[in-house]
Amino acid sequence: MFKNFMNWIEYRMPFMEKMNLHVMQYPAPKNFNFWYFFGSLAMLVLVNQILTGIWLTMNFEPSAERAFASVEYIMRDVDYGWLLRYMHSTGASAFFVVVYLHMLRGMMYGSYQKPRELLWIFGMLIFLVLMAEAFMGYLLPWGQMSFWGAQVIISIFGVIPGIGDDLTLWIRGDYVISGATLNRFFALHVIALPLVLVILVFLHIIALHEVGSNNPDGIDVKRPNDGTKIDNNVSDKFTFHEYFTKGGKKIIVDAIPFHPYYTVKDIVGVVGFLLVFCAVIFFAPEGGGYFLEAPNFEPANPMKTPDHIAPVWYFTPFYAILRAVPDQLFGAIFMFLAIIFLALLPWLDRCPVRSVRYRSNLHKWNLVNFCVSFVVLGVLGVLPATPTYTLIAQIASFTYFAFFGLLWLYSKNEKTKPLPVRLS
Amino acid sequence: MSNAPVDHGRRRFLTIATSVVGGVGAVGAAVPFIASWNPSEKAKQAGAAVTANIGKLEPGQLIRVEWRGKPVWVVKRTPEMLETLTKVEGQLRDPASEDEQQPAYAKNQHRSKKPEIFVAVGICTHLGCSPTYKMSDFDAHVEGIASGFFCPCHGSTYDMAGRVFSGVPAPKNLMIPPYMFTDDTTLLIGADEGTA
Repeated sequence: MFKNFMNWIEYRMPFMEKMNLHVMQYPAPKNFNFWYFFGSLAMLVLVNQILTGIWLTMNFEPSAERAFASVEYIMRDVDYGWLLRYMHSTGASAFFVVVYLHMLRGMMYGSYQKPRELLWIFGMLIFLVLMAEAFMGYLLPWGQMSFWGAQVIISIFGVIPGIGDDLTLWIRGDYVISGATLNRFFALHVIALPLVLVILVFLHIIALHEVGSNNPDGIDVKRPNDGTKIDNNVSDKFTFHEYFTKGGKKIIVDAIPFHPYYTVKDIVGVVGFLLVFCAVIFFAPEGGGYFLEAPNFEPANPMKTPDHIAPVWYFTPFYAILRAVPDQLFGAIFMFLAIIFLALLPWLDRCPVRSVRYRSNLHKWNLVNFCVSFVVLGVLGVLPATPTYTLIAQIASFTYFAFFGLLWLYSKNEKTKPLPVRLS
Repeated sequence: MSNAPVDHGRRRFLTIATSVVGGVGAVGAAVPFIASWNPSEKAKQAGAAVTANIGKLEPGQLIRVEWRGKPVWVVKRTPEMLETLTKVEGQLRDPASEDEQQPAYAKNQHRSKKPEIFVAVGICTHLGCSPTYKMSDFDAHVEGIASGFFCPCHGSTYDMAGRVFSGVPAPKNLMIPPYMFTDDTTLLIGADEGTA
């Protein structure tokens, strides 16, 4: 009966065929470790954001007069409204935690390298849209930090010579950030950007499954089939979709089907993640003032600037670069370059070896340099700009960009270790 | 189906012509979507000029007037404050107000129509925070200068004519809005003889 039904479907739409291709018969390298949790976790958080977001719109009122009050209404009067909102606000921070770790994984194991350049570009686009999504979402509660944070970010567009002032006016739809701005940000936050995000995630996965997942050793699991027998190949036990073997032209080595092996592994990751996520939601929903900032519990007041404006933590590394450059226009340019350079990694890194495991010590230390610079900039971005902090931010900005410059220089003739033939 | 040979030239022409017409249509259709983001008529109305009564302004006092949702400061500067304007000139980024941050009639040392009445948009030119008026304790930020404006966001400093000090994040002097005196005690902000 069920089989007949499935056959009826399959004849009209290749449902099982696509499930096999992307899940049950998708060959994933057998050596995925801790770092490979974050892709599936990002999808989990995306689902969380979409679900809680839809429920929040049921009570949120996107107007300058009602936005702040309607958020308080959700928090106090709507049954479980507090939970939905905290899931959404904590989810925003969790999204960036997960995405930053996911990106670091890509950098460690060279997952951006050929042939995964386009996959990496889609990932960077997702990151950009995610930042726009988070920024616009942060305006919606219409608190003091919502308002003044948006003021600072929109002003960044004002530094573009010639068109800057008209551009900011067009973005705001008013001479100041007003209800008009709030309304359009709401529309973009709940409809336009989530749609773009979902499409980009879809393309990211399609691109991933075309080139195959990288792994901690950074060597290929799909090889040309020249007929030689490969010993102890775990992949011999499984059937993979013929799309990946190209009708026997390719042989799959040391890979296992995504389902059930990695679905089960990812469930472990999900449980671990949810433990932390729920702990934050229930015991520290404001994240110590970093997830929801204190001035945001005061309604927006265009006449009074808070003493200290700091963006939410996930923007602070880039914000610190913006502040570190004395010139406004160049500050904005360097902030965008900080992201552009990440997107250009596939072309800046000229080393044929992918994984940090088999690359030079110089590369390992350079990666450490990148992480330290990023974290230092992130910490400085929430602190007020004193001369000492500005100097440290300038040094950290320099070392951040030095990572890319050095990488380009040494990667061409890097002293790498011999690659293993098989996955360890 | 016709067996006539394919005319590639005609086919290319038709493809290009269709694409161009379709492209023009797409651009035209984009106009309302983009233009709808401009300030609405209501927002433009709310951006009209506002009046302020300056008859009761004490020497040294600052009042804030809301114009286009931005704080506009009106300060009655004391003679001591006006003296500092010459004193600080060596420490400023743009002492002669070369940047077009003011109407022509405010391009002078005191950056105003009447030397004692200072009118400026109270928004830091760095990233849009509103600086704090330091009437007598500005020397904590600039040594030896008693009064000025200090932005708490990123530490930019301005003198009593809204001119920015060098070495701070803000790139430009404070913006001076168009304004005019309709009588001795009434100030109209947002319009001047040229526009009203």
